[in-house]
Amino acid sequence: MENLLVVDSVSKTFANHKALNNISISIPKESIFGLLGPNGAGKTTLIRIINQITLPDSGNVFLDNESLKPLHIKDIGYLPEERGLYPKMKVGEQALYLAQLKGMKKSDAKKQLKYWFEKFDIGEWWGKKVVELSKGMAQKVQFIVTVLHRPKLLIFDEPFSGFDPINANLIKDEILNLRNEGATVIFSTHRMESVEELCDYIALINKSNKILDGKLDEIKKQYQTNTFEVGLVTNRKSEIEKEIKNNFHTSKPTFKGLGDNLRLNILLKETQTSDELLSFLVKKAKIQHFKEVIPSANDIFIKSVKEN
Amino acid sequence: MGHLGLIIEREYLNKVTNKSFILATFLTPLIIVGFSLLIGYLTSVNNDAVKNISVVDQTGYFTNSLTNSDDLIFHFINDFDLEEAKLISKTKSDYGLLFIPYYDDLNQIADSIMFISEDAPSISIISRIEGKIERLLTNRNFEKVGLDLDKINKSKININLYQESFEGEETTKMDGIIKLVFGMILGMLLYIFIFAYGSMIMMSVIEEKTSRIVEIMISSVKPFQLMMGKILGTSLAGLTQFLVWTILIVMFSYLMTAIFGIETSTQNSELLLSSSGNMSMNTEALDMISAFIDLPLTNIFVAFLIYFIGGYLLYASLFAAIGAAVDNQTDAQQFVMPITIILVLALYVGIFTVPEDPNGTVAIIFSYIPFTSPVVMLMRIPNGVPIYEQIISIIILYLTFTLCIWVAAKIYRVGILMYGKKPSYKELIKWLKY
Repeated sequence: MENLLVVDSVSKTFANHKALNNISISIPKESIFGLLGPNGAGKTTLIRIINQITLPDSGNVFLDNESLKPLHIKDIGYLPEERGLYPKMKVGEQALYLAQLKGMKKSDAKKQLKYWFEKFDIGEWWGKKVVELSKGMAQKVQFIVTVLHRPKLLIFDEPFSGFDPINANLIKDEILNLRNEGATVIFSTHRMESVEELCDYIALINKSNKILDGKLDEIKKQYQTNTFEVGLVTNRKSEIEKEIKNNFHTSKPTFKGLGDNLRLNILLKETQTSDELLSFLVKKAKIQHFKEVIPSANDIFIKSVKEN
Repeated sequence: MGHLGLIIEREYLNKVTNKSFILATFLTPLIIVGFSLLIGYLTSVNNDAVKNISVVDQTGYFTNSLTNSDDLIFHFINDFDLEEAKLISKTKSDYGLLFIPYYDDLNQIADSIMFISEDAPSISIISRIEGKIERLLTNRNFEKVGLDLDKINKSKININLYQESFEGEETTKMDGIIKLVFGMILGMLLYIFIFAYGSMIMMSVIEEKTSRIVEIMISSVKPFQLMMGKILGTSLAGLTQFLVWTILIVMFSYLMTAIFGIETSTQNSELLLSSSGNMSMNTEALDMISAFIDLPLTNIFVAFLIYFIGGYLLYASLFAAIGAAVDNQTDAQQFVMPITIILVLALYVGIFTVPEDPNGTVAIIFSYIPFTSPVVMLMRIPNGVPIYEQIISIIILYLTFTLCIWVAAKIYRVGILMYGKKPSYKELIKWLKY
């Protein structure tokens, strides 16, 4: 698939610490790309380089096969983690101002803003000052301003912080919508459940280095351990447990059961298949629960950061 | 550049629609005019009041010769002794009591004359009385040693030096005063402007940081554009305020004068100034006008524009950099301090050294140093400064200004994204390398 954004061996050093060390990532068009990493890993620096707020010491960034230049500012929408609005300015005026700075004509911006304000049901805030809004309300306005000029690339840094679950869902749906309409999204967060839900691709940065990147389901496959959760209903519990342990490698169950009385995690060897396990189990007891353990983004995150 | 225009527009509108800004714009002239009106009124009340002074003249020398003037009337109660006279004077609530005891020796008389009053009398009244008595006693002394008073008066010569510059232009005492005042006004104007609007720029940068909008902003515009937009927008708002002030002050002054018929203290002081000299009021006023016209007006005007813009932007960029480097106003103090010191020094040199010797070494050196040159040079120029000196000083100023904007932009760029710690000067220098 074609890439919208290519970061090619970018390094950045601040006075006495290296923020990014030779980072390369490619972000395919119309995908949601999760940029993950612990605090202080260098995500924000990378995002700022993509936004041309900071310049890299070495390396290049390409947007749509063109080397990044000031003209690209209007193609990017950025919602920073540290975000705010001018407190004493009216919501509508402010949104218009920010939209114009992104290169929109005033009349277009007004039309688009009307649409979004209605969509988010916040039309009556237009004349209010920002200080009168709650944090969540201001976040909604910021989200609208970020996406208003229909940029090719959207960058969201912790977009859900400060939202209640209902509004977080609203924003999530909008992000998916925008992707479906052709935008490419970079998504930086610590909330692994939203990575799971949204991201097609991820890259993991730790201590200025990229330690992992690729398609999320492929990465998951790599981290697959061939482990199955098994819950059985039987009245010969210890006997069957013994038999299973003789044939398979087992570990403590990692799930909560419902009505089953023998719970195990079973690790298959490379020579064993899930079919073999199933047919073995069927003969022994009633199978209540059988599920492959798929590594969560959270597990992968913790595991690879620790290994690094 | 469209973005710069937008930023300037927002900064400008944001300032001029701010409630406290509007209030300050309209209230300040009212307060100024109100106060000068009050001072003018009080002065005129003070001046108009006739001061009655009881005199006990035991010598008899003064009884017919101490003449009354408009506001000073002497009542002679020579028959009473000091204690009685005090009582009389007090019950009449006189301005005071003048007691002149009798001695043979005139000098002894001079040493023992007393003025007794309820409140401390005004210095000018006392010196006027002293002058009158001095003249009378001196004349008496002349007569005593056998000098002819008429001859003395006739042989007195009045001197009023005719002054001319080497270029053959006539100069007067008024020239010096006008030059001093005019230069001082220009220098002060710049000084006030730098402080009032420079710190406004700083506050606005800090506000942008604390409200955390700055990262959103600089993902759309260059930090340099944002900084320049802020500086220019705020300056325009400042100019607007200054303009409104000037118009309102002039308007109010005339309005007040017309309604109440009271002269404000500014007009009053002009009168005082002109009536205090030896010359008659008319020639004095003419001198003032001609002194004003004699000023190198074109030079002053052009230099004022160049120095005002250069000097103001130089300091404005520093204030913007300070705002970017810190998180709050308290932290800003340590960086504002050196600026204050330099500016006060410039003002000090301008007020105390320049009038003394406009082309002295100190004045010349300070009019080359870019951080003091706008104020000092503006104060020097009315006295005439060679054009080549001005050009060198302007070149130094604008080179420094360019350097300062560059440094400020660097600090601004890094500083606006730094939160939570007060940087040291060492760190600021490090930022330049980012």
